[in-house]
Amino acid sequence: MSQTQADMQGDTAARTRRPRGPDARPLSPFLTVWRWHVTMASSILNRVAAVGLYVGALITAGWAIALAGGPELYGDYMALLGSIPGQVLLFLFTAAVWFHLAAGVRHLAWDAGVGYHPRTANQTSWASIAFAAAATVLTWAAAYMTGAA
Amino acid sequence: MAVGGYRTPLSRARGLGSAKHGVGHWIGERVTSVLLIPLVLWGVYAALTVARTDYAGAVEWLGKPLNAVLLSVLLAVSFHHMHMGLRVIIEDYIHKPSSKVMLLLLNMAVCGLAGALAVFSVLKVAFGAAGA
Repeated sequence: MSQTQADMQGDTAARTRRPRGPDARPLSPFLTVWRWHVTMASSILNRVAAVGLYVGALITAGWAIALAGGPELYGDYMALLGSIPGQVLLFLFTAAVWFHLAAGVRHLAWDAGVGYHPRTANQTSWASIAFAAAATVLTWAAAYMTGAA
Repeated sequence: MAVGGYRTPLSRARGLGSAKHGVGHWIGERVTSVLLIPLVLWGVYAALTVARTDYAGAVEWLGKPLNAVLLSVLLAVSFHHMHMGLRVIIEDYIHKPSSKVMLLLLNMAVCGLAGALAVFSVLKVAFGAAGA
């Protein structure tokens, strides 16, 4: 008796039984019911942040090279970082630092075998996004208040 | 049965499989991650400190041994971590052997060169030879 026949005959035991056989393939991921999960978004975001940090590290290396190059080069470099595109880049760099840090701590927890429950994973995804947003705003607030930006 | 005894002769002849370097790579990623947590926190604080000053202030700041050493370590560990991280991304997405090898070499060259240049520059300033 197939699963469908069992359903039509009201065989509840067959309906709740785990589907077996060639016509009982898993339905997920299925395009009509597919949706974004925050764990997926944060996983992709972590890779994007990592690539962004690659650029950020090169900016930091450029800062050290400019400083070693003398006052003129350093002045030019800092003017570049102080321009609007430069400030946008540094803002994104800051956001990438905080998000990658939070996501990295999640990964270390997973490596220790902690935080795999779907509910926990969803919560820590949202937490790392919220942490990154708050820490980025706070960092730039501190920068403006201390005269660093 | 001897080690590898379950493999078919064809599988053994092809010689594909683990390069036996996975554990070292995995541990390296974790060790640099853990090191980078305090280093990055210090780095953000350092950036906010240095951004307040001008050229002379930055040179003076980097003249302090603790700042020069922490910045050198932050740069070295970061570029090492970045090299491992981007390597995995390249291996995940680029499957054409020529492109993959070229990008892996480019990644190594960029991380090695930028890291070495940055650390050398930090030490040059720290030893009082900025602009020389």
